[in-house]
Amino acid sequence: MTSPLSRRSFLGLSGAVGLTAALSACGSGTKIGSGSAAPASAAPTFSGGEYTGPKVTLDYWNGFTGGDGPHMRAMLETFNKEFSGRIEVRNVTRRWEDLYPAMPTAIAAGKGPDVAVIHNDWIGTFAARQTLIPLDDVVGALKLTEADFIPAVWNAGIYEGKRYSVPLDVHCLGDYWNRAHLEKAGLSDAPADKASYEEALGGLRDAGIANPFWMPNKWPGHLMFMSLLWQHGGQLYSEDGTRALWGSEQGAQALSWMVEQIDKGFSPAKVAQDTQYAAFKNDRNSFTWDGIWQINDLKSNARSLRWGLSPIPNIGGTAAVWSSSHNFVMTSQAGKDSNKVQAAKFFIDHMGRLSAEWAKAGMIPARNSVREDPAIAALPQIKLAADLNAFHFLPALPGVGDVQSKALELAVAKAVLKEASPADALKEGVATADKLLADNKRKYGR
Amino acid sequence: MSVQIGPGDLAVAAAPGRSPGTPRRMRPWTPYAFLAPYLILFAVFMLLPIGFGFWTSLHEWDINLPDKPFVGLENYAELFDPAGVDGSRFWTAMRATGIFTVASVPPLIVLPLLVALLMNGRFKGRNVYRAVYFAPYVLGVAVVGFVWRFLLDGNIGLVNHYLGLDVQWTTDVPPAWIALVGVTVWWTLGLNSVIFLAGLQDIPRELHEAAMVDGASAWHRFRSVTLPGLRPVTVFVVNSTILASANMFGQSYLITGGAPADQTKTAIYLIAETGLRQFDMGTASAMSFILAGFLMVASALVFGAFRDRGKR
Repeated sequence: MTSPLSRRSFLGLSGAVGLTAALSACGSGTKIGSGSAAPASAAPTFSGGEYTGPKVTLDYWNGFTGGDGPHMRAMLETFNKEFSGRIEVRNVTRRWEDLYPAMPTAIAAGKGPDVAVIHNDWIGTFAARQTLIPLDDVVGALKLTEADFIPAVWNAGIYEGKRYSVPLDVHCLGDYWNRAHLEKAGLSDAPADKASYEEALGGLRDAGIANPFWMPNKWPGHLMFMSLLWQHGGQLYSEDGTRALWGSEQGAQALSWMVEQIDKGFSPAKVAQDTQYAAFKNDRNSFTWDGIWQINDLKSNARSLRWGLSPIPNIGGTAAVWSSSHNFVMTSQAGKDSNKVQAAKFFIDHMGRLSAEWAKAGMIPARNSVREDPAIAALPQIKLAADLNAFHFLPALPGVGDVQSKALELAVAKAVLKEASPADALKEGVATADKLLADNKRKYGR
Repeated sequence: MSVQIGPGDLAVAAAPGRSPGTPRRMRPWTPYAFLAPYLILFAVFMLLPIGFGFWTSLHEWDINLPDKPFVGLENYAELFDPAGVDGSRFWTAMRATGIFTVASVPPLIVLPLLVALLMNGRFKGRNVYRAVYFAPYVLGVAVVGFVWRFLLDGNIGLVNHYLGLDVQWTTDVPPAWIALVGVTVWWTLGLNSVIFLAGLQDIPRELHEAAMVDGASAWHRFRSVTLPGLRPVTVFVVNSTILASANMFGQSYLITGGAPADQTKTAIYLIAETGLRQFDMGTASAMSFILAGFLMVASALVFGAFRDRGKR
């Protein structure tokens, strides 16, 4: 005997189930055929014209959570207004470290992005995981040529002879400095070489700043280490991606210099994650090396702080700085629908033409020709790109992210926290890295 | 939800010697029919995933590589090889889990018991105090972790600032363990206190009165009436606390980030990282089964230790 109440709640429940089913049925957008996974090659080659197919919705994922986020959202709003009724781009922004793990799984489940922005060093991994679709025709329509790019950025997008990325920008580590502190020590700009940098640190301490240069053990400590390694003439990985080379003499020199800053008392010991940056914003740290994506954060969240931005100093003898690049990619999820493929290519093409606009988010345009645009010449980050030869990138080896986090980043952390000497930490790290590289070769080579 | 009727049931229903319509006491499958809803849920949400997890652990199971080759027990063999990359990371994490469990369980039993004894008294404002002790437990781990991460920072944190100390609570061991255990006790003490309090209120007053008539002191009453009366509750609290501590993840992830190096990276932290960040589900599943084995042994030991030896 069912009471009316239970019958009503049962009806409500089945109604909810039906509604969910209906929602998921319309949530899948326009489908061709019966949801068959049509290969991307079924879509016509993109030649740069307007998108003329039926209305589609594109899911777009990126990690612009910092000072660059509002800017990207504004660009998207403009796009959605201009093409409303034809293409709707839905924006999902999450932290890079959460985005990368989620992306392949979500794409496999059909709940991921159709288009995304990823860093150049991840392109190889994702291409090997078959989560991306080649974009050779978009690159052709945009008339992008290798000559207009930093070779490392251009080449990172090529995996097994196909091109998977449209580079949007380059960004690098910079040396942020506290103007008031440096004035106290009689300086008007960040020093650019080893001798004067160390002298400046001594001067700052004499001027009453107890710890002028806080040394992080985690992010961006490994970015500092890589920059210094390259400056000393070292290499990260062998060409074929089978051996880690950062345990070399040059690596030990680079890491030792970082640890020295603690030994000399310029940095407090055992600085926790992000504390060096918090200390900089709070007027307690004179120099902090961080990415140029922090420019807008400092502008909006540290209004009372007077700061400057310079290229990181040349400590090792050769100018070099860790750099990376944001790249548009299209995923295999979009590839199931040829209209989506066309719309995604049109979207990437359109955004690719706006790189001068994107520079206002604190980034450096990827195309050499765009950097000469007078509209952006005055932006603080542009002067960091004066010497393009200094830009060094992580190679786009499949699985390189795991090697970095399990081996290189751990070695840097151990040395900076004084758990091991720089040489020992690197030796142990390289042993781990070599095993992981061999695993990756086997895993991604299948 | 439909009741599953197997061929065996039909055989029973159509058994000879019973004309239809005669009243009978109970069909043999009736209890199973009552159990069915639970059993189906248990099978779908427990047994199947466990089986699938074990199946996963026998493969080099990368979430989104097309190839998932069968490797037998290789994942387990790699974990039991302390020289290997996964092996050394795993046992470091297991050690961290062990340290945290051993350090956090005693205070998470003793302190809540003391708090519960206090709260069981009759005094003004009792409910306010109960609420105050329980309050932190309603916060999510994200809030707790985020707040304490900044309070405990060795260089810019308020804890060192007010105490005039120079201790690196988040980037050095042992201080990091003290910090993690301290935060966990502060955060979850309320839950165990409430369970103990419920247990205390279940102990019949007559027992205490009888003991008082016999001239037992407060300490004697605690030893001979309260503690034995709390035995079932204590078994539950000890067991659930050990399991909760062994499954600690959020505090370490948010407050220390596993620092220094990987010394406070717990097993669950490593399993999550291996499976969900590095997509290596085979190794992560194997780690989970080894951890589960340890926890089963620990639970069995607890039940053994609390067996009522007084019963004849």
